[in-house]
Amino acid sequence: MAFLGPYAVIFTIFIIVPIIIAVLLSFTNFNTIQFPDFVGLKNYISLFTYDDVFMQYVLPNTIKFALIVGPLGYALSFFLAWMLAQIPRVPRTILALIIYSPSMTVGVAMQVIWLTIFSGDKSGYLNSLLMNLGLINQPVQWLQSPQYLMITMIIVTLWSSMGVGFLAMLAGVLNTDPELYEAGYVDGISKRWQEIFYITVPLMKPQMLFGAVMSVVSTFQAGYIGVLLSGSNPTPQYAGQLIVNHIEDYGFLRYEMGYAATISVVLLLMIWISSKFVWSIFGERE
Amino acid sequence: MAFQGTKINPRRFHRSQIKFYAILIPLALFMSLPIIFIFMNAFKPPNELFAFPPRIFVRNPTWDNFKALFNTVTQSGIPVSRYLFNSLLISLLTVMATILVGTAAGYVLSKKQFRLKKLLFEINTLALMFVPIAVMIPRYIIIARTGLVDSFLVHILPNLAMPVGLFLVKQFIDQIPDSLIEAAKLDGANDWFIYGKIILPLTKPAIATIAILSFQTAWSSVEASNFYINQESLKNFAYYMSTLTSSTSAIAGQGVAAAAGLIMFLPSLVIFIFTQSKVMNTMAHSGIK
Repeated sequence: MAFLGPYAVIFTIFIIVPIIIAVLLSFTNFNTIQFPDFVGLKNYISLFTYDDVFMQYVLPNTIKFALIVGPLGYALSFFLAWMLAQIPRVPRTILALIIYSPSMTVGVAMQVIWLTIFSGDKSGYLNSLLMNLGLINQPVQWLQSPQYLMITMIIVTLWSSMGVGFLAMLAGVLNTDPELYEAGYVDGISKRWQEIFYITVPLMKPQMLFGAVMSVVSTFQAGYIGVLLSGSNPTPQYAGQLIVNHIEDYGFLRYEMGYAATISVVLLLMIWISSKFVWSIFGERE
Repeated sequence: MAFQGTKINPRRFHRSQIKFYAILIPLALFMSLPIIFIFMNAFKPPNELFAFPPRIFVRNPTWDNFKALFNTVTQSGIPVSRYLFNSLLISLLTVMATILVGTAAGYVLSKKQFRLKKLLFEINTLALMFVPIAVMIPRYIIIARTGLVDSFLVHILPNLAMPVGLFLVKQFIDQIPDSLIEAAKLDGANDWFIYGKIILPLTKPAIATIAILSFQTAWSSVEASNFYINQESLKNFAYYMSTLTSSTSAIAGQGVAAAAGLIMFLPSLVIFIFTQSKVMNTMAHSGIK
């Protein structure tokens, strides 16, 4: 048991216990100085009834962001993997490397580049390009205007979403048994989409599920991107405010830890429900 | 035969593949753009960085941005090389410790028989969904209570239990035949011998995979430096990088930030290039069943 010990201890201290504390704190009022006092469901009630910012901006933004980035990034990962599996090894390795590489650049490293590409004056790369093509007359405030911040966030996140899940799906497609395809043709499969739905996807269900769980997690975790791009928390007019930023806002800027913990619990529940959903699609039925 | 559909892992080029290249190559070029930018900007002199209209490719590459970066001393008197040294040390220790902790746990969960084994692995699979930032407040409280604030260990300890890592390793160890371990036991081998001489050597691809995943986390994490460490000399390079970009108003700032960005990105890329075939091998066993 000496082998399992270290992992179990660290797992408990930094994953299990924090989740338990978050759940407990969510029923309290805690300002970090005094001992937390129990307030029952008050935080949850406030969150869904009084917190205008949460209901008007944070929740809709999070749902919109998750619904676009999650499924789109996932579908893109699958189709890229599916196409890559059908070309020879050397070009496949090179192209897969290029497509995977953005996911290694999470967070701060790329901020400087996004800031120059999406810079709001006319010397920003994107503005300059679009103005040359005559598509726009005035430089667009990609990062500071509430209208465009969300779409910029979605593009940046999609760009870096071909991560571990993408590699798993690529390996999954590569390992599907060629004989089953032959058998499929004999049984009358005559279109690509039939082949994908009746042969490829069922054969790689476990990898599809792994990829889907990874994609749910990275989607909800991507919350920082709005703050990194716009340079402020809260983001301009809360346009890019996601649930993760709301936690930080209450936890580390206002020191209302009980309330922040409530938001954390809601986030964990959202991830859990989304994962349950993908599990019901790809999970093995027992 | 009338319909010839998917041909998995073809040996050589065939006309039918042109359609895939036609989609994949432009897309890959598009995706690599920001990375090309970071390479180019890191080597641009100021007049090219602020040229109008902006140009992607560098004309007169220079090391000036890197020299400026390493000559910088922060307000609190910490040279940039110190942050980089911290990051290297943190990443090295994190990778080694994660490998040891993860493979040891993977060995037990895969090859030992005991009650709760299945349950423990299911808990770990559930933890694949775990998002550290969701519990940053309780984590902060725990770290404060355990006296880890302002200690070097706070960069390393919280990241050692990596559910994805254990998951991949355990799945990988599953396919090492039990008979091999039984045979070693008959020869009188104990757990340490089996772990060190059988499991570790046969799990190399999975080890390479945890190595790169934990390296990426450790190398790019700003969580510890932001929340748990007040002492400047213990913060890491990613943190320094984040202070750079928040003050890019300085003229040379952009070039220096791009140079720092390149330093952030390059190690992950190089490690991945060297380990990619092992990573793909591990990923073949990544399915959740």
